[in-house]
Amino acid sequence: MEQLVKNAAGRLVPTVVNGVKQTPFQGVGKYKPSGKKAAPPIRSCSEYPADGNKIIKSLKDALLKCGLQDGMTISSHHHFRNGDLVMNQVFDIAAKEGIKGLRWFPSAAFPCHKPVIDHIKNGVVDWVEGSLNGPLGDNASHGNMNGTAVLRSHGGRWQAIQDGEVHIDIAVIAAPTADAFGNATGDRGPSACGLLGFGLADSMYADKVIVVTDNLVHFPCVPWQIQGQNVDYVVVLDKVGEPEKIVSGTTQLTKSPDRLHIAELTAKFVRKAGILKDGFSFQAGAGGTALAFAIFLKEMMKDEGIKARFIRGGSTRYLVEMLEEGLTDFILDGQTFDLEGVRSMRENFGHINTSPFTSYNWHGKGNFASMLDVVVLGATEVDVNFNANVVTHSDGRMLHGIGGWQNCLFSKCTILPIPAFRNRIPVIVDKVTTLVGPGELVDVIVTERGIAINPLRKDLIRATKNSGLPIRKIEEIKAEIDDLIGGQPAKPELDDEVVGIVKWVDGTVIDSIFKIAD
Amino acid sequence: MPHTFISGAKGEKPRSDLRAKFTPSNKPLSISINSTVKRMYGQNILSQAQSVYQELQIKTGELEIEDFGALPFVIAARIESVIKQAFTDLRQESLPPIKDFCLGNSTRDRFRRSRLYLPGNQPKLMLNAGIHNPDGIILDLEDAVSPAEKEDTRYVVRNALRSVDFFGAERMVRINQGEPGLKDLEFVVPHNVHLILIPKVEDAEAIKNVDAKISEISAECRRKTPVFLMPIIESGSGVLKALEIAEASPNIVAIAIGLEDYTADIGVQRTDEGIESFFARSMLINAARAAGIQAIDTVYSDVANEAGLRASVQEAKTLGFDGKGCIHPRQIRPIHEEFAPTQSEIEKAQKIVAAYNEAEKKGLGVVSLGSKMVDPPVVKRALRTVKLSEEL
Repeated sequence: MEQLVKNAAGRLVPTVVNGVKQTPFQGVGKYKPSGKKAAPPIRSCSEYPADGNKIIKSLKDALLKCGLQDGMTISSHHHFRNGDLVMNQVFDIAAKEGIKGLRWFPSAAFPCHKPVIDHIKNGVVDWVEGSLNGPLGDNASHGNMNGTAVLRSHGGRWQAIQDGEVHIDIAVIAAPTADAFGNATGDRGPSACGLLGFGLADSMYADKVIVVTDNLVHFPCVPWQIQGQNVDYVVVLDKVGEPEKIVSGTTQLTKSPDRLHIAELTAKFVRKAGILKDGFSFQAGAGGTALAFAIFLKEMMKDEGIKARFIRGGSTRYLVEMLEEGLTDFILDGQTFDLEGVRSMRENFGHINTSPFTSYNWHGKGNFASMLDVVVLGATEVDVNFNANVVTHSDGRMLHGIGGWQNCLFSKCTILPIPAFRNRIPVIVDKVTTLVGPGELVDVIVTERGIAINPLRKDLIRATKNSGLPIRKIEEIKAEIDDLIGGQPAKPELDDEVVGIVKWVDGTVIDSIFKIAD
Repeated sequence: MPHTFISGAKGEKPRSDLRAKFTPSNKPLSISINSTVKRMYGQNILSQAQSVYQELQIKTGELEIEDFGALPFVIAARIESVIKQAFTDLRQESLPPIKDFCLGNSTRDRFRRSRLYLPGNQPKLMLNAGIHNPDGIILDLEDAVSPAEKEDTRYVVRNALRSVDFFGAERMVRINQGEPGLKDLEFVVPHNVHLILIPKVEDAEAIKNVDAKISEISAECRRKTPVFLMPIIESGSGVLKALEIAEASPNIVAIAIGLEDYTADIGVQRTDEGIESFFARSMLINAARAAGIQAIDTVYSDVANEAGLRASVQEAKTLGFDGKGCIHPRQIRPIHEEFAPTQSEIEKAQKIVAAYNEAEKKGLGVVSLGSKMVDPPVVKRALRTVKLSEEL
């Protein structure tokens, strides 16, 4: 068994993962990086066709030309979410070519990538290093990968590539529209998905870059979200993604009266705390409650004649409406969650394509996330010290990616609107199963049973003192729920084997995910 | 082949509920558990099942539990229910301890602007109903429950009355008509139900039966507080006897109209304008005023239509109703907002109340505002308006 050490958050973490030395979490803002950024090899135009035509007839040929071989790292982005049609093909090709031991480094994997589980079984893929949503996460929780899962935030993924922690051999970038030179965009074409920001670092730092499109246009493809100068080969397929599956269940507005109640309480809190004022900014991600929050906030903004300077996406039609009704100057967008978001990105000047570099990267000279006045996020668990979990369920299974969640914790006010319990399982616990966000960065919990403010935020406590809002101690809400559900659940039986680690935004290891005992 | 009894959740993917199957046998008791939360609560469910058995003093048979995250009060209800199907003479009960927040009292003249109907066999809808602040929560044993589930549902409703926090909402139960309704009372009267809704009342007789049964149960369980009654009138003959019904018991605090059945009974279609029910509603309000009780309007069933709901509440308020039924939490706030007094109503009421206080202080028998004398019912109404405005 590998040796585990206790990090600054008191969590046991390994010091070597997948053969790479790790730094345990040292505290928020404590770890100081040094050295130079990584860089791809220098190339010469003499190696590329002068007419700019980099088209290769098949995905297989392109992969072979990239020198696909055992043990390589293949990366991809997840802008198609559950509608990606490319990556399963990549691993099928690798399997046919007899390739073994690949590391897949997606920005996120979705249920549509379930076939990769077979490639893990047959040894084509050793392990997946990226957000694991659904079946791949469940599979990894049972220790069924030949490597350890490494979970990173969107910003953390950029940081890892930029700092040379992860070296990408081949980046496969599915693009809804591209030209033969490799310029590519996500905002148009039959498979339009909005933007390609999650593939941007891959295009800049990978040894080899393949753009795969189903909508080839004459040069120049504009806007060039991905620049052809970074691209080695272009492959044209019949279909690269199913845009209708970009719209997942998490981007539907909630109908649950309890969730709506939570969303409204959250919006009221933002107003009463004095955050809602002209020129403010906010981010509300996907998830029914966050979307409902944005709608309640919008009504309040209209009532009070308040306009935002910018809203951070994932964009949805609700945010687009706010932009088009003049309630915000800009949407700074990291991913489009529905087709209205895609349309708006194409049509609206104020709908800006951003990347994890501008928004989230911790190893840079600042980022957008910390400039936000308020951000609204989800969580699977929160403990009485406001530490939060977003990757595992209380039964220990790893089921969700981190997304931009950790990066957003640096906003001026981080609010988690969450139900106090879900189907008997409490959300407020004694100790989170997995630590993903340190409590010092989580400011407010809004549940249907009341609002709890982190005692560190005396300013917020003061600002909302006589607001009439149901502000309570987190322990008090917890006690009420524990009484209702018949006590805290039994802790999951976990093995000592580490099946995954959770990286903090600076690349240090904040927690481990342990194998579920069967 | 031994018979297997079943209680609990129906359908493919229920939430916060469980299904229990019990097969009597001579073998020692065996319990098997399948649960969506088995890793976390499997042990807990098992020990709860065992303790229900112990309380009921059953030692044999085979119990299969399929759980979908049911809370303890639901687990207990479903298991007790399935065992009692098998052992019909069993007198013992397995009662969850009654929570402190279930012990509060109600008052005759509290506000009853909104009353939220919840199907008695859907525990998941009960857990957070109170956070939406309806004036009353009705656990329905009648129309929302299919005949096959009636008995099973009684245990859930009983246990909910002892376990769920309604956050100050009045604790109401709608019982069934006739004999089954009297049986329903045994499951709710000892458990601090505040108010019983009696459906399809046609005459004073129905009320008297319920009242007598409540007295009998109250004596048995030493209940001191009254159980309030709200008859629902749902037929032509009920409407014509509205006053007789309203005056049938001192425990009646309100009288309600159910227009779905009423319109069917008189053979007309329900319209948005509601001309067809104007007489019935007016009759009901006049009977209520004569008896000194509240008049409550029917439910508005188009949940998605908030504008329609608001118009309907406005009309109810204009006619003289004090409240309205609702079937979804999102209807509660519009109802409260529309029943709220207007600014001019509040100001006028405040003047009357001030005059009343002045008269009280001076020991005058007559309240007057300027040169005008104010009658006692007007004073009473003004006091209520001021209270209502403070509530919001």
